This record gives sequence, C-alpha cells and structure tokens, in this order.
Amino acid sequence: MYKFNFASPATIDDAAAQFEASDDATYISGGMTLVPTLKQRLAMPSDVIDLSKIASLKGISLDGDMVKIGAMTTHAQIASDGLVVANIPALAELAGGIGDASVRNRGTIGGSLANSDPAADYPAAVLALGAEIHTNKRTIAAADYFVELFETALDEGEIITSISFPVCKVANYQKFSNPASRYAIAGVFIAKTSAGVRVAVTGAGPYAFRQNEMEAALDGDFSAKSIDGITVSDDGLNEDIHASASYRANLIKVLAIRAVEAIS
Amino acid sequence: MANNVSLSVNGKSVSASVEANVLLVDFLRDNLGLTGTNIACDTSQCGSCTLLLDGLPVKSCSLLVVQADGCDVITIEGLASETVLHPMQQAFQDNHGLQCGFCTPGMVMAGIGMVERRRAAGSGLPSDEEIRSALEGNICRCTGYHNIVKSVAQGAKTMLQGEG
Ligand SMILES: Cc1cc2nc3c(=O)[nH]c(=O)nc-3n(C[C@H](O)[C@H](O)[C@H](O)COP(=O)(O)OP(=O)(O)OC[C@H]3O[C@@H](n4cnc5c(N)ncnc54)[C@H](O)[C@@H]3O)c2cc1C
Ligand code: FES
Ligand code: FES
Repeated sequence: MYKFNFASPATIDDAAAQFEASDDATYISGGMTLVPTLKQRLAMPSDVIDLSKIASLKGISLDGDMVKIGAMTTHAQIASDGLVVANIPALAELAGGIGDASVRNRGTIGGSLANSDPAADYPAAVLALGAEIHTNKRTIAAADYFVELFETALDEGEIITSISFPVCKVANYQKFSNPASRYAIAGVFIAKTSAGVRVAVTGAGPYAFRQNEMEAALDGDFSAKSIDGITVSDDGLNEDIHASASYRANLIKVLAIRAVEAIS
Repeated sequence: MANNVSLSVNGKSVSASVEANVLLVDFLRDNLGLTGTNIACDTSQCGSCTLLLDGLPVKSCSLLVVQADGCDVITIEGLASETVLHPMQQAFQDNHGLQCGFCTPGMVMAGIGMVERRRAAGSGLPSDEEIRSALEGNICRCTGYHNIVKSVAQGAKTMLQGEG
C-alpha cells in the first residue's frame, strides 16, 4: 500500500469539506472493499477519510412506514436488528447472508451501495422495495441510483447518509452464492409491495435491474407456475469464470421460482 | 504522515505513532511481537488473521491500525492465563481440532466471537450448522473441519454452561 493521509472527521460536513479540499480523496466505512483495493493499488488516494466516527450515520429507526438505516450500519447489525427483523424480515435475512461473519461485522450498507459491486446483495432489495438513498445533498430514488458497472448516481464526494426502505413483510431473497466469497453469482429479490409485485435481480448483469415480465405475470397470478413459461434472455448478462451468461439467465428463473415458493 | 493511536490490546493500553497504511495485523506482529495472529491469504478470504475488535470477530489483514484507534483488541495471546487455557482453546486440544495449527488462532477467535454473540442474544447452544455458518470465513487446509466443529461445540458448551 502506498502512503496516504488519514482523518476521522466527526461530522458529515467536515468529511465533505475535507474531501473537497483534497486533490484525490476517498471515503472509508468498513474498509472491506477499500482496504483490499488499496493493497492491490487499484486505488491510490492521497487522503482517506474515515466515516466511522460520525454518529449521525449510525442507527436504525422506524420513520412512518419506512425503516431508515444509517449508512454506517453494518451487515451484522441489520441482520439482527429487531426493527428490521419485524418490519422487513427478508432484508435482515439478506444481510445475514453477505460474505461471512467477519465481513458482516465490518462491512456497511452505505459502503456496499456506494461501491455498487454487480455481485452485491443489497441492490436487489433496494430496487425491489423501492428504497430511497439519502445523501448529504439530496434523496435518490432506487430506480435512478444504479447507473453502470460499479457506477452510481452519486456525485464525486457525495456521502450516502442513510437508506429508507418501505416496510414490507411479504418478500424473499434467493441467491446462488459464489462458494468462495458468497457474493451473488445471481440473486433475486421478490417483494409484494403496495405498488404491486417487484422482482429485482443482482449479480447477473452489470448492475441490478428489475425483471418486468415476471412482475406482470406475478401481479396476475402469484404462483411459480405463472413464471415457469417465461424465457429469460441472456442478452447483456455477465459472463466470467464463475458462470456463463446463459447459465445466469437460467439461474434468474430458478431463483425467482424459489423465492415465489418461499413466499407462498 | 504519522497518526497517533491508542488502543487496548489484550487488556493493556497501547499508544503509538503509526503510518496510516499499516495493517492492524502487521502492527500486532511487528510492533508488539504478538505473532499468534497469522497472515495467510492477505486478501480477507481465509480468516487466519481473525481477532476480536470490540468483541466482534474481524479480519485484521483488512483493517488499518488507524481504524482501530480507541478500540479494544483481543488476540489469541489474550485468552489463556499462565496455567489454564481458555475453554475454547482447551476444546481444540481435547478434540484434535488442529493439525498444522496455522488456521487455529483465527478459528478459536471466530468461535469465541460467535459464542459471545449468542450469549448476548440469549440464543443458547449453537447447532453444528450454526457453527459451520459462523466459521464460513475461516479456511483450514488440514483438518477437513469435522473436528473443528466438534471443538467449537465443546468450547461453546463450556463457555455457556460451565464445566460438564
Ligand atoms: C470476503 C468477502 C466477501 C464478501 N461477500 C459479499 C457478499 O456475499 N455480498 C455482498 O453484497 N458483499 C460482499 N462483500 C462486500 C462487503 O459487503 C463490503 O462490506 C462492501 O462491499 C463495502 O462496504 P464497506 O463498508 O466495507 O465499504 P468500504 O470498503 O469502506 O468502501 C467501499 C467504497 O464505498 C465508498 N464509501 C463507503 N461509504 C460511503 C458512504 N457512506 N458514502 C459514499 N461513499 C462511501 C468508499 O469510498 C469506497 O470507494 C464481501 C467482501 C469480502 C471481503
Ligand atoms: S490473512 Fe486475513 S483473511 Fe486471510
Ligand atoms: S490445521 Fe492446518 S490449516 Fe487448519
């Protein structure tokens, strides 16, 4: 790792100001992605700004019909939090299936969403539930957030402060994990929301997306049978040493059927 | 630019001036001489560097010392007294839970972290499946895991229910 400066500001404004003042800064939350990136010299920032000492980025609260989760909340905290378990059980379960226990004790939801790894788990829940991503500047709707491979709607230096998820008790997440890292080779989150059934896919494409054909079919008849006849195209899906695009396309349907069966 | 950090390591306060790019595991091994925490993969995959940070198992090869400023660190060296092993260490000895021993400090720390979490949540003894899931991030290239699971089960029993 190259040398860099490190600072732990106590407020969001200070963190943003320090980012602004630096030529080449990056934030660090859990560091589960950033520290390996620094080791491999894939990033060589001059300044690393730690968000972990900012109290207002922490905590989980019920805000009307939304569960609001601070960006610095770890996967382990989300998996075991009483409010999350009671109001969005599928989200708690998803968080409890990320990586391994040590990764879950450090990695944060804000870091995961800022990083937007195509194989990350939260994006499927964010899209299916129609979450809102709050930053130090604005609120971004889930549908506008994921832009490209490892690219989000966040501006340079913009800080995710919290994420609000609508309460949803009828939902399920199924993933086919990479056996080494537990990242999703494909993952499907299905939710019965007030706006209808939502089906969101992660791991399979460059970024998470909704599967509209399955949503329409499940809105008509919420059963495994109603999506069984759908052919998922492998157009634009990821292809790597772990799985081909057509394998991922097939996984999307298999996982969607499992999720529907788990809900029914 | 060096940073001043203060942390507690196995109950002793440690203050030092460190570069920001120093990993916690290197600081423990090179600066404090605590070589029980091992580095194998150095890429956050294998868990041999697992220790307890504020009571929670974490991978110290993926953590900067400056991130641990103000925290409480427990390593494998912090478990036994002069004469008596920690129940989790004793369980690994009793159940032949190791062969070369390289992964063992990480396994022991991950096991203790799981038991303490269960104690806090009041969730009782772990099943074998729960033990395996808690050790997901710890790789052993020797034992085939069965005896590690047995060891952690015994360690959990002694920790939660006392001798017997
Ligand atoms: C072995 C292993 C297995 C894993 N398995 C999985 C898995 O199965 N599923 C999964 O989803 N993930 C997995 N991960 C990734 C893990 O969830 C990380 O925690 C996550 O990707 C990044 O979170 P972090 O808090 O560690 O972020 P960091 O590493 O600290 O930061 C990541 C990036 O986000 C930026 N950033 C951080 N916080 C903010 C913020 N609040 N606002 C704006 N930018 C910010 C940083 O500048 C950096 O560029 C795994 C990681 C490891 C090491
Ligand atoms: S050395 Fe840290 S996880 Fe392998
Ligand atoms: S005992 Fe040798 S790696 Fe586990």
